[in-house]
Amino acid sequence: MHGSHDLGGLEGLGPISPEAESCEPVFHADWEKRIFALTLAVGFLGQWNLDESRHARERQRPDDYLRHSYYENWWVGLKTLLLEKGLVSEEEFDSSEPQFQASSLGLSALQAEDIAGILLKGSSVEMQTEKAPGFRVGDQVKVRQEITAGHTRIPSYVRGRIGIIERHHGAHVFADRNALGRREAEHLYGIRFSSREIWREEPGENTDFGVRVDLWEPHLEEVGGVARK
Amino acid sequence: MSDDHHSHDHTEPPDSLTLKVKALESLLVEKGLVSEQTLDALIETYEHKVGPRNGAQVVAKAWTDPEFKAWLLKDATGAIASLGFTGRQGEHMQVVENTDTVHNLVVCTLCSCYPWPVLGLPPVWYKSAPYRARAVRDPRGVLAEFGTQLEPHVHIEVWDSTAEMRYLVLPQRPMGTEGWPEGKLADLVTRNSMIGVEKISLPGDDPSGDREVL
Repeated sequence: MHGSHDLGGLEGLGPISPEAESCEPVFHADWEKRIFALTLAVGFLGQWNLDESRHARERQRPDDYLRHSYYENWWVGLKTLLLEKGLVSEEEFDSSEPQFQASSLGLSALQAEDIAGILLKGSSVEMQTEKAPGFRVGDQVKVRQEITAGHTRIPSYVRGRIGIIERHHGAHVFADRNALGRREAEHLYGIRFSSREIWREEPGENTDFGVRVDLWEPHLEEVGGVARK
Repeated sequence: MSDDHHSHDHTEPPDSLTLKVKALESLLVEKGLVSEQTLDALIETYEHKVGPRNGAQVVAKAWTDPEFKAWLLKDATGAIASLGFTGRQGEHMQVVENTDTVHNLVVCTLCSCYPWPVLGLPPVWYKSAPYRARAVRDPRGVLAEFGTQLEPHVHIEVWDSTAEMRYLVLPQRPMGTEGWPEGKLADLVTRNSMIGVEKISLPGDDPSGDREVL
């Protein structure tokens, strides 16, 4: 998909206006804390993965995505998934009255004492695969031009651009398919692009820099046109 | 938004959103999907326990222990885990080193990917549309907004976190800190320097280093 979350290079958004680090709170309102914690706690029930969660925020109407604050987008994503996955019904949302219990779905709430261990353990996305990597460090690669349906981790500003593989990270869960609930391994590469290859600007102090992007093998093709799987 | 604040990518929520989130929380608790204590523990963790002081320890150790630094640059996940900083959103780490000729800057143009175990949750500006849009297009302009001027010969490398690799910048150790103990060095390390939008200066060296809120 090409959604409004894909912001790299978009112009006209104005200044960043950062708050000073020394006095910036982690959260700016109580409801932000609660939606943050709800998203994580419900996520730990295992009914969807992180890429499905990202996708749920990204597939809002583009104007809504851009107008919302960060945690408003989390709210939208959580509500979307709770409904789609059947954890909460429309009627429950409207009435705030529970009609069925988590136990009827075979689910139970995570306990507070388990949180520290779960957070410290994390969730590795490294996988084993029999597939040999199709590219090597030093190879030139071209990012696929076509825009696939659904979630993708190709930022549009590198589509059709040529970069050099700097690092093979191993095989990781392929995010684009993980967003469809399919946990599959693909080789992941750290790729360096020159800013002039990306933006096609004249050389200059402000226009020459490197951009590193991590992309999976299905995102890439050999330079010269032979398509990789 | 009141006038005594910077404008940033955070709008005061409509009251209805505050109420809606409250209502959803009550509903999910009543349904047995989440517990209040778990929500409180999650907030407590990221508000008070996990934050950029962790990353500052990593940086200070790398400045004082060459073997650790070599390990960190080769296998950041392992080296950082040896200090106890592991887990969610830091499962696969890479550390990129600033030098006299290279300055690194980290962004997530697609969302808000950020190394939680070493930096905590990302600041509002890191998640904002202007930063995500411009970091890969005009990094010098972005740095200028943070009061950071690089020498013309310094090359910028931008790291867009598009997969589950998480990036931490190893900033340059400021001159005049020879012989300082690790703890004192760690106090110098700012969160922003580990994202790459600022350099580290000694207190009093650079008035633009920590600007006040207008």
